[in-house]
Amino acid sequence: MIGTVAQRGRWLAGLLLLASALLVPLGTGVGSVGLENLWPALWGDGTDPAARAMAWQIVWDIRLPRTLGAWCAGALLGLAGAVAQGLFRNPLADPYLLGSASGASLGVATALALMGGGAGMVGSAGGSAAAMVFSGHWLVRLGLTGAAFAGAVLAVLLTLALARGVQHTLRLLLAGVIVGVVLGAFTSLILLLSPDSLQAMQAFLLGSTGFVGWTSCVLMAGVWLLCVVAAWALSRVLDGLALGEATAHSLGLPLAPLRAALVAVLALATGTAVAQTGLIAFVGLAAPHLVRAVVKVPHGRLMGLASLMGAVLLAGADLLARGLIAPQELPVGVLTAVLGGGYLLWLMHRRTGPGGVL
Amino acid sequence: MKPTPVRRILWVIAIVVALGLLMAALARAQPAPAVAAERAPQPAVQLTDDRGRVVTLPRPPQRIVSLLPSLTETVCALDQCHRLVGVDRYSNWPETVTRLPQVGGGLDPNIEAIVALRPDVVLMATSSRASARLESLGVAVVALETKSHADVQRVMGKLGQVLAVPDAQRVWRNIDAAVEAAAQSVPPAARGVRVYFEVNRGPYGAGASSFIGETLTRLGARNILPASLGPFPKLNPEFVVRADPDLIMVGARSVEGLTERPGWSNMRAVREQWLCVFPPEEADVLVRPGPRMAEGARIMARCLASKAAGNAGSAGNAAKAPAAVRP
Repeated sequence: MIGTVAQRGRWLAGLLLLASALLVPLGTGVGSVGLENLWPALWGDGTDPAARAMAWQIVWDIRLPRTLGAWCAGALLGLAGAVAQGLFRNPLADPYLLGSASGASLGVATALALMGGGAGMVGSAGGSAAAMVFSGHWLVRLGLTGAAFAGAVLAVLLTLALARGVQHTLRLLLAGVIVGVVLGAFTSLILLLSPDSLQAMQAFLLGSTGFVGWTSCVLMAGVWLLCVVAAWALSRVLDGLALGEATAHSLGLPLAPLRAALVAVLALATGTAVAQTGLIAFVGLAAPHLVRAVVKVPHGRLMGLASLMGAVLLAGADLLARGLIAPQELPVGVLTAVLGGGYLLWLMHRRTGPGGVL
Repeated sequence: MKPTPVRRILWVIAIVVALGLLMAALARAQPAPAVAAERAPQPAVQLTDDRGRVVTLPRPPQRIVSLLPSLTETVCALDQCHRLVGVDRYSNWPETVTRLPQVGGGLDPNIEAIVALRPDVVLMATSSRASARLESLGVAVVALETKSHADVQRVMGKLGQVLAVPDAQRVWRNIDAAVEAAAQSVPPAARGVRVYFEVNRGPYGAGASSFIGETLTRLGARNILPASLGPFPKLNPEFVVRADPDLIMVGARSVEGLTERPGWSNMRAVREQWLCVFPPEEADVLVRPGPRMAEGARIMARCLASKAAGNAGSAGNAAKAPAAVRP
């Protein structure tokens, strides 16, 4: 049957690409109404031009960008997961581990509080517009997207500062956990002081591809290309690290700068995905695992495959989220959390052998 | 060296991205929705919404989607219920709106379901995340925020402007008069009663600066939460125990376990069962800053009156539950 590792890798890549190619047209057909209801409006004779414009808009400006957006966000998270697991040599490492997710949340909460919720702090309803003006319009223009990204990057920098560099994996992991918890507390504090932003924040925490338009989609695709190329170029470091830090050193790799570069890739990929779609759990964790369950390949290929796997996972989950209770839809973050949590449990169960729970 | 899978993957990725960009370009090239110009010349509507954004509508909107129950209720109070074509899943009054298509909630509005309804305007809270996305799709958005009585009046005026309803302020005056009538109905014995209104189990209370607090003030009650705490402060439960209110108002959804909170069983209101527990449909009326504020005032007035009656009937020592208590 399937012979060498390389061949299996190719098969998997082909399969994932096929799945992607199937998911995209499917994505344009699933939503509040099925494609069969939009089709007559699109192609039928004598349709009201306004109805046709609306049908076009739903397919081209809403469903297509959000399907491709889910694909791109999944690809970013899958890539970030593979990078994180290789970098920390910990199969349970998650792209959110460096505190980037809580950093992004804090960024969003701050932006929300400054933009509109400021009124809640002084208890005056009329202050809303004033707060909008006084908070500096650059923040308004930068928007939640920029705030989430900036928060993620700052959180990663903070983690690195606390860990005093990336030399020590354990210290880095601990610093990541600490930064995550502390920034989470700050987010809660801001939301308490500015109850107005609570609702908007909750929407962000749910994680959804429903608001992804062409701009976000193209942004994610661009960042993804950048990250994939960078990660591929840096994959030798991860292969070296897999053999142990001493071995990596003896291979003559300049570990410190290369690790920093990988951390930057990780932060960029996570921050971009989180900023566009909110918090979507477990895709970054599960994608590399699923790939490794099928084939053992060097990190260069693993990252490519994990990225594709993440893309297929999230695009599939997004499709499910839209289709399961149509015409309503589930936030995709909720769905991935449930599915991913189940998968993780199963993984733990399997790892510990027959009968073992943990 | 023959091409590795990685290189192939990269190629495919490049092709996929190129296709994506091509499709984006195609989408842009789609003919813009045919603008049905030169119809009956109706005056354009222009207003500044609560985001400070100037919204211009070519004519008074005929197809409206509302993503906030209080705004749905306000549209209907202006007798324009028939112009609503979709609502959020929490809008449940008046009865007729429950038959309209639901387009998700304020947190998770379904963008494509909204677009499919082809609304002339979408009404929503300023905190909703959907406004930017809808506007980028060419859907007009009016975002409004209601926190106080003055806001209710202002929003009523804004919506009157949007819907081209000339006498929106008359509706407000009716509400205002009804609140005043409710205030008159509160017996003198109930004036000055110290009230704690719990909004949810946080516990979040309704402060004096919230619209609920303002109604309570007009009814002659005293709020244990001063205006300085803000409209809906999150409280330390100890604060309520220390303030020891005469009367607690709470929705049936959050009353469970209230009396078992540490120290709360010794509070006078709990000991003497001076709790007004509002069933869900009444609680909806009370927490929505819209046209049913008058009904909310009547509900709270009834609660206060029953408390006063209980007080008089048992010479200030009643352990009897007031009539308005409906557990």
